[in-house]
Amino acid sequence: MSAAAAPRAGSWRNALFVAPYLAVYLALLLYPLLAGAWLSLHKADLFGGEVFVGIENFQRLTRDTVFLQAVRNTFYFVLLTVPALATISLGLALALNRPTRAAAVFRGVFFSSSVLSVTIVTLIWRLVLIPDGGLIANLLHLAGRPPIPLLSHPDLVLPAIALTTVWWCLGLPMMLYLAALQQVPAELYEAAALDNAGRWKTLTHVTLPSIRRTIVLVVIIQCVLQFQLFGQAQLLTQGGPNGASRPIVLFLYEVGFRRWDIGYAAAASEILFAVILIATLAQYLTSRGKGAER
Amino acid sequence: MARVRLDRLSKRFGAVPVLDDISLDIAAGEFVAFLGPSGCGKSTLLRMIAGLESVDAGQIHIGDRRVDQLPPGGRGVAMVFQHYALYPHMTIFENMAFGLRNAKVAKAEIEARVAEAARILEIERFLPSKPGQLSGGQRQRVAIGRAIVKKPDLFLFDEPLSNLDAALRLRTRLELAQLRRRLDATMILVTHDQVEAMTLADRIVVMSDRRIQQIGTPMEIYARPANRFVATFVGSPPMAFLDVTLNVGADGLARAALADGAGVQTAMPLADLPSSPTWRLGVRPEAAKVVAPGTGLVDAKIAFVERLGDRTLVHLRLADGGALTAEDAGTSRAAMDDIVGLAIDGPVHLFDAEDNAHHPRAPT
Repeated sequence: MSAAAAPRAGSWRNALFVAPYLAVYLALLLYPLLAGAWLSLHKADLFGGEVFVGIENFQRLTRDTVFLQAVRNTFYFVLLTVPALATISLGLALALNRPTRAAAVFRGVFFSSSVLSVTIVTLIWRLVLIPDGGLIANLLHLAGRPPIPLLSHPDLVLPAIALTTVWWCLGLPMMLYLAALQQVPAELYEAAALDNAGRWKTLTHVTLPSIRRTIVLVVIIQCVLQFQLFGQAQLLTQGGPNGASRPIVLFLYEVGFRRWDIGYAAAASEILFAVILIATLAQYLTSRGKGAER
Repeated sequence: MARVRLDRLSKRFGAVPVLDDISLDIAAGEFVAFLGPSGCGKSTLLRMIAGLESVDAGQIHIGDRRVDQLPPGGRGVAMVFQHYALYPHMTIFENMAFGLRNAKVAKAEIEARVAEAARILEIERFLPSKPGQLSGGQRQRVAIGRAIVKKPDLFLFDEPLSNLDAALRLRTRLELAQLRRRLDATMILVTHDQVEAMTLADRIVVMSDRRIQQIGTPMEIYARPANRFVATFVGSPPMAFLDVTLNVGADGLARAALADGAGVQTAMPLADLPSSPTWRLGVRPEAAKVVAPGTGLVDAKIAFVERLGDRTLVHLRLADGGALTAEDAGTSRAAMDDIVGLAIDGPVHLFDAEDNAHHPRAPT
């Protein structure tokens, strides 16, 4: 073996260390992503017949009122949940960021909902939301008011699902915020106290700038998650009434696995993928621009 | 500029007492250093004055006001933190202006004060930068600038030099001394470095074991330490202690006799000393000299030699097991394991069984 060949052989051996990850990444992420994009250009069903149709599936989608309603529903749902999740979990984290036993107990309580499966969560919230003997209906009854059909009113059904989702998803962002808050040096708060900063000034000028990266992270994670709403809508309302709570993923499911039109479903999924990508990229770029001098 | 009065302050963290009955009076314009080893409570005391720690018992007065129940921002103090504690997301200008904005100082006044402080500290060109772009020494100046712009009644420094490297520390120490002349303010410095305390402070408060051990000017602390702790802690290398017995020497003055009978004449009348079962003789290195064997007080063996260039420190071991350090010329030819004579020509100190120090009467 020549002296020059030795390092090259070594670098091949180095590649072996990343090979297992690379194989899984290629087989389970990159290949399906490309295969999906390729599928979206075909008229295909689950039994095999595949005909190349170019962008016809996408053209059909732009005229499909059911799909367009699902897109509107999804954006509305993201708007309802992401800001609420980002702010409420921040409020909880700020309130529970102290070394007392009570704070530890409440951290556990608020996080506990996150470990439940979507089936349990929707079961619990069905008991809260149904007009026939549900918790909210009972409370309204005590106040002498008639029950509200939260899950069957087209204007109320998405807010009701959003409420369920916020309750379910609060735990993780709260934990992320808590971890970030505990990284803020105590000396900064002491300096702010000596600088005569009140509670609000300290929050806006010391705490929030210090955990800015985590706020961006939470918003991006929640965007990605909430754009993919499926389980809660499927289990609580099946997308009803009249499609008022059908999100994009439910549309995908219905088209792909009920009507077996998987080429069309793949095209819709590519659009969802692009939406999520653009939304998260935009947030990432704007936040990076602001903090660049750091 | 304000007088500061601490009146019987006590503090405990849970069941652990950290400060016990601390009283101290600091004159307006005075520079006082709290000096002590880690864990002696000096930083806690400073933080209590700043309002960052609560006061369990006692009172704090700054000027004519009692402040121990006021929030930190309402006490008229400014503090320079050990790790600077600059706001990382704000520019240097914003860092310095933040406190003034909160105090509703007029915009023009803020700009003038920041500009003035930046000029004094030579940090003008960093004003638009963020702390992350500055070196440790530059950040330290910003931290001092942030304190200066507030024009506080009292400056508090919490180990401000401990994060700097040796050369920068020396320079910053000199600058701090100059700054002090210029600002004409009351200042408190917390440090574990006796050189900082000796060079900067008008008076040193030596603390150990939750209490004040001694309050005095740097030279008082050095020449007349109140007890064995202060004598050991201040001075480098520290004072050495030899077990002695006292008997009467010339003119009724006490004579301290070593185990082999050799005696050191002190300047203290024996009659003025209390009775004590045991006595120790305290000798600083500059009071002990190395001479030819047989010509000194006793002979001793050299355990170790440290050559510092301008002088040489000779660590001696006596026949009775006692150890002390003597100073010799820079050109000394003393070598390990040599037998030499020990001469004592300089002030010595006596310590009784309770470790209290006794010194000759101060010249009046």
